[in-house]
Amino acid sequence: MALVEARDLHKSYQDGTTVVHAVDGVSFAIEPGSLVSFVGPSGSGKSTLLNMIGCLDRPSSGSLTVAGQDVSRLTPRESARFRGQHIGFIFQDFNLIPILTVYENIEYPLLMVQNWAPERRRRQVETVLAAVGMADQGHKYPQQISGGQKQRVAVARALVSQAQLVLADEPTANLDKATALQIIALMKRMRDDFGTTFIFSTHDPKIVGTAEIILTLEDGRLVSAEGHGGTP
Amino acid sequence: MKKILTIAFRNLRRYRRRTLLTASLVMLGVLSVLLFTSVTGSFKQMMIGQITDAMLGHIQIHQKGFLAAIDTLPLNRNLKDTQVDKVRAVLDNSDAVAAYSTRLKFGAMFSTFAETTNIRLNGVDPDRELQTVPLLGDRISGRDKPGLLAKGEILVPKLLATGMKVGVGDTVVLVATNKDGSVNGQNFVIGGIVEALSGPGGRDGYIHIEDARSLLRIETDEVSEVAVRLSDIGLLKNTTATLAKELATLRGKEDKPLFEIHSWQELTPFFNIVKMIDVMTFFIKIMLVAIVLVSIMNVMVMAVYERINEIGTIAAIGTGPGKIMALFLSEGLLLGIIGAALGIVVFLAAVAVLNVVPISFDFGQQKGLLLEPAISFAEIVSISLIVVAISVLGSLQPAWKAATMDPITALRHV
Ligand SMILES: Nc1ncnc2c1ncn2[C@@H]1O[C@H](COP(=O)(O)OP(=O)(O)OP(=O)(O)O)[C@@H](O)[C@H]1O
Ligand SMILES: [Mg+2]
Repeated sequence: MALVEARDLHKSYQDGTTVVHAVDGVSFAIEPGSLVSFVGPSGSGKSTLLNMIGCLDRPSSGSLTVAGQDVSRLTPRESARFRGQHIGFIFQDFNLIPILTVYENIEYPLLMVQNWAPERRRRQVETVLAAVGMADQGHKYPQQISGGQKQRVAVARALVSQAQLVLADEPTANLDKATALQIIALMKRMRDDFGTTFIFSTHDPKIVGTAEIILTLEDGRLVSAEGHGGTP
Repeated sequence: MKKILTIAFRNLRRYRRRTLLTASLVMLGVLSVLLFTSVTGSFKQMMIGQITDAMLGHIQIHQKGFLAAIDTLPLNRNLKDTQVDKVRAVLDNSDAVAAYSTRLKFGAMFSTFAETTNIRLNGVDPDRELQTVPLLGDRISGRDKPGLLAKGEILVPKLLATGMKVGVGDTVVLVATNKDGSVNGQNFVIGGIVEALSGPGGRDGYIHIEDARSLLRIETDEVSEVAVRLSDIGLLKNTTATLAKELATLRGKEDKPLFEIHSWQELTPFFNIVKMIDVMTFFIKIMLVAIVLVSIMNVMVMAVYERINEIGTIAAIGTGPGKIMALFLSEGLLLGIIGAALGIVVFLAAVAVLNVVPISFDFGQQKGLLLEPAISFAEIVSISLIVVAISVLGSLQPAWKAATMDPITALRHV
C-alpha cells in the first residue's frame, strides 16, 4: 500500500477578490522507502503540497491519505498528534531550538511529543546522532555549529521518533552545493538504514536531479513524474 | 512537568536582562507591600497595644446610656452594686477573660490652694487596674514608691501638673459634688504623673477607689465602668458577642436591658485610623496586582512574539497546544516565583537592618516608640501566592495565543 496517496487534491486561497489555486488537481502515490522530490518554479505549489502531506494544512478538496489515515479532515489537535507519531520535518532555516543543545534538540520529540523512557531515549538519541555523524557534537548549542551540521541535527531530529515519513521543504536552500549534496546523500543513507520515506521540495538546479522520483509541478499541476536511480 | 519547567527556565535565562528587569519590578512590588504591611502592622499593633493595655482595656461594660453621657461623667448612670455582682459573675465565668477592673469615674475640682481647675478622675483598685491595663505603669513618671497607687495618693495627668506647677509629693485638694448635690473636699498627695494618651480618657487622673467613694460619699459598691482584659486579643470579637449575649439576659424593670458592652474599637477614634490603614493596605495590594499583571503580561507578549518561529517549529513536529500553553505559563510562573522570592529576601534583609538600626517615631505624647516591622508568616505566604497566581494569570493570554497559533503562519514568520 502507498504511504502517501493523493487523489485530485486541490488547495485554493482567497487573495483579495481573486482565488489562487495553489494546488490544482494533483494525484500521485508514494511508496514506503522512496526518496521523492517536488520540483518546480517559485509559486508552483511545492510548499502548499508538502504542508498538506505534513498535516499542517488541509486540502480544499480531494482525498489525501498518509500512512493509511485520511488526513484531510483532522482537527488541529489530532493533526498535531498525527505529526508527532508519523511525520518528521526538516526546515529550510534548520529551526533548531537555540536554548537546547544538539543532543537535547534531537531528544525533544521523544521527551515532549512522545514519552520515551530515559534509557531507551538515550540509546535512540545516540544512535541517530551517530548515524548523522554528529556523535561528538551533542553538547554544543546550535549557534556553535555550521549550517551543514545544523541540518544534520535537523535530519536526526526528524528521524529520532522513527517516523515513516520525513518532509523537507527546500532543505538545502541555505547551504552551499557541496554541503547540500551531503545532506541529500545523508537522507538517502538514512532511507537505506531506517527505511524512512523522504520527500523534499527544491527549485535548486544543483540538487534537482538527486532524488529517485521527481515530481514536477507547474501552476499547481503535476506536469511530469519521472523515476530513476538518482545520482548521489 | 520538570522538562517543561527546565525549558521555561532556559528561555528566561536566554533573555537575562529582561527577565531580571521584570523580576525586579515584581520584587519591588512585593517588597513595598511587605514593608508597608509590616510597618503599618507594627504601628497598628503598637497603637492598639498602647490604647488597650495602658488605658481602655479590651472591653468595657457600663450601665445602659453611660457612654452617651460620658462627657459629663454622670454619677446617676453608675452600675448599682447588685448589677456589678451580676457582671462579676458573668466575667468570672468566662475563660477568655484574663482580668477586669471596676472604675468609678467622676469629675472634680483640683486645687493647689493657689489655683483651681477641673479634673476627670478614675477611682480604681490599683492591683486589679494593673492586671487589666498592664502598661499603665509605664505611663507613670516621678513615682518613688512601690505599687501603682496608694490610698491618699493621686496620679495627676502631665499637662495638668505642668499647668498647675505641681509635682510628686505636693499636696492638693480634690473637691467633688456627690449625687445629692452636696460638696465634699479631701486632701491628696501627688503620687506620680501620668503621661497623656490620645483619645477620650487619655488625660484622666487616678485615685484609689475607696478614696473616690469617701470623697463622693458613696456607701455602696457601685462603679461607672468595668474594664476587661482578655487572655488573647484575637478572642475579642467572639468574647464581646458572648458576653453581650449573657449580659442581655439580665434585664431591669420593664424588661429594659441593663448593660451596654463595647469593645475597644467602639471606644476610641483611633480604630478609624486602624480601618483606614487596612483600606490603604488593600489598595497597595491592588497596585501590586496591577504592577505584576502588567509587567508579566508585557514580557510574555514579547516572549511569544519573538519566538513565533520556534512555536511554529515545535508545533509542526507535534507538540500539542496544551504543552505549548504550559511552556509559556511556566515561564510566567517562574518569573512570579523569582520576583516574589527576591522580594521576600530583600524584605527580610530590610527587617534585619531595622533591627540593628531602629527607626523611632512619636505618637501623641508618646516619644521614641520603636518601629518593629511585624508581619505574620501567613501574610507573607498569601502575598507570595497572590503574586504567583497573578503572574500565571498575566501569561494566560499570551500563552493561549502561542498555543493556538497556526504552524504554517508561524513558520513563515520572520
Ligand atoms: N496563505 C496563502 N494565501 C494566499 N496565497 C497563498 C498562500 N500560500 C500560498 N499562496 C499562493 O499559492 C501559490 C503556491 O505557493 P507555494 O508557497 O506553495 O509555492 P512554492 O512552489 O513553494 O514556491 P517557492 O519555491 O517560492 O517556495 C503561490 O501563488 C502563493 O502566492
Ligand atoms: Mg515554498
